[in-house]
Amino acid sequence: MTLAESLQLALKNIVSSKVRTFLTMLGIIIGVAAVIVIVGLGNGLKTYVTDSFSDMGTNTLTVSVMSRGSTRSLDAEDMYDIVAENSQYLDLCSPTVTMGGFVKIGSETVSTTSSTGVSEDYFAIANVAVASGRGLQYSDMVTRSKVCVIGAYLNQAYFGGNGVGQTLRVGGQSLEVVGVLEQQEDTLEEGGSDDCLYLPYTTAERISGAASSYTITMRDENYIDESVAALEASLYEVFASDDYYTVTSMAEMLETMTSMINILVGVLAGIAAISLVVGGIGIMNIMLVSVTERTREIGIRKSLGAKERYIMEQFVMEAALTSALGGVMGILLGDGLSAAASMVVARVMEESLTVAPTVGAVALAFGISVGIGILFGYLPAKKAARLNPIDALHYD
Amino acid sequence: MKPLIEFQQVCKFYPMGDTTVVAADHISFQIFQGEFVAIVGSSGSGKSTCMNIIGCLDVPSEGTYLLKGQDVGRMNKNQLAEIRNELLGFIFQQYNLLPKLNLVENVEVPLMYAGVPKKERRERARTALEEVGLGNKWRHRPMELSGGQQQRVSIARALVGHPAVILADEPTGALDSRTGREVLGMLQDLHSQGHTVVLITHDNTIAVQAQRIIRLEDGHVVYDGPSDAPEAVVTPRAAGRKGGAGA
Repeated sequence: MTLAESLQLALKNIVSSKVRTFLTMLGIIIGVAAVIVIVGLGNGLKTYVTDSFSDMGTNTLTVSVMSRGSTRSLDAEDMYDIVAENSQYLDLCSPTVTMGGFVKIGSETVSTTSSTGVSEDYFAIANVAVASGRGLQYSDMVTRSKVCVIGAYLNQAYFGGNGVGQTLRVGGQSLEVVGVLEQQEDTLEEGGSDDCLYLPYTTAERISGAASSYTITMRDENYIDESVAALEASLYEVFASDDYYTVTSMAEMLETMTSMINILVGVLAGIAAISLVVGGIGIMNIMLVSVTERTREIGIRKSLGAKERYIMEQFVMEAALTSALGGVMGILLGDGLSAAASMVVARVMEESLTVAPTVGAVALAFGISVGIGILFGYLPAKKAARLNPIDALHYD
Repeated sequence: MKPLIEFQQVCKFYPMGDTTVVAADHISFQIFQGEFVAIVGSSGSGKSTCMNIIGCLDVPSEGTYLLKGQDVGRMNKNQLAEIRNELLGFIFQQYNLLPKLNLVENVEVPLMYAGVPKKERRERARTALEEVGLGNKWRHRPMELSGGQQQRVSIARALVGHPAVILADEPTGALDSRTGREVLGMLQDLHSQGHTVVLITHDNTIAVQAQRIIRLEDGHVVYDGPSDAPEAVVTPRAAGRKGGAGA
């Protein structure tokens, strides 16, 4: 008897009791689907986080400083000096002054726009291009020009696409729009990345006070630790304490976030995998019942010359096939649920998070379900194979 | 000529609680190629034990059973399975067909375990079904057939592997007398074609259809001879003969 014949025989038996087979599979189906959705969700989350971070640029460091009395403080000029001192590691620098006030355009107040005071290098750091007009220039910083560069959303929604040359007010200060940034997201949304406004940090400091946060780029992403250390050393010289500043690297944050997501996904997938084990026990249970029900069949087969190995093969094959079919259904269900989850996330959270089942997760889920079938089918199959043919033949 | 089946002082003991039941007590006989032998006995006479041992479903506790010169008692389970597959064709009282398979699939089961390729075994199974007059019903399930037809399918299954011995265990027990006679007729035909047929029964009227009778009682052979001899159908105890094993 070949393996293909065993498989055919097993398939025949499975098909002959569809409802029972389906109910037996249910545990495996749910387990596999859950594992696939969870792993897919985790991957989607990771991609989402990575994407949002790479928008910011993973080669950037963020420095926040507080002032320590009047003697030990750090202004934008000092920070530029520090960056220049450590020029083997550090490249560009821009202060970031977050403005609290609303943007007023004509008589309308826009509350969602984030207004930030930055240097002329900021657009290079943040990796955004100017679509029309000009960007900010060094001269704007020196002269504290009352100019600004706006995001595509503001330009489209309030100036009908012709923002350059218009004026608006931020924190009571009237500013001339000198440039419009390139659209960054697929759709222009209120409060999105395109709903933004940048003005010279010197102008911003006049309105909102001195800069307390800086964005700095590294020359080489492979020297994150060295760059951070160099920067911290210089800052320590200024403050003589490490309580007054923090240096955060985007890459490190990304790494932390990713590993946290990995742990979360691992734990959740582990919990989902428990249902695979429960499903396996369900298969074992049904196989044991099946062996009892088919005792006579086993006796007949043995009297006709079936070796123990063939009987064993038949039952293991049946269990494996049952759980493999369950695995396939689980994969289909998992894929369906993943697609549904992506849609729900897109609809409800207005974020594009793709729940993508990975080939690895699918292959693993299938492999595990077949493995579980073989593992939990083994015991009943052994029981079947060991039946005494005489007793089995006279079993009712 | 060497015997096909040879029992040499075969004993079978079954432990039952504290005591041991002696199901076969030093049974010896020989059956030759081409014989039609009925092993007769009432319930508890040891005929089922004999049938199990002849059929290689069981091995003797003591003594030697030679099938085609091979010592079955020394074989392991796998070898026993092979011997059953190659040398024995079973016909059971309850037909013992597999209900989920159709007739041709049922008949080809022994060939499947013998490793015959699919095409060839399908052909042989169809031929065997034709021989028992069910060639046109090969797609049917056993449950769609009458008892007599099912028994013919099981005869086809017993024959398909060209076994050395056809072992029929109460083949007419579940049939009415007319169909029972038909099945017996088929066994006689098989015998006349040269097959060795061993028939296990409790029924004298059936046993006399065979050529030779081996009568068992309480685990002993009490008669071994031609079926047309007057003492073949008389239970020794009823006849008051000595040598009955019950004592």
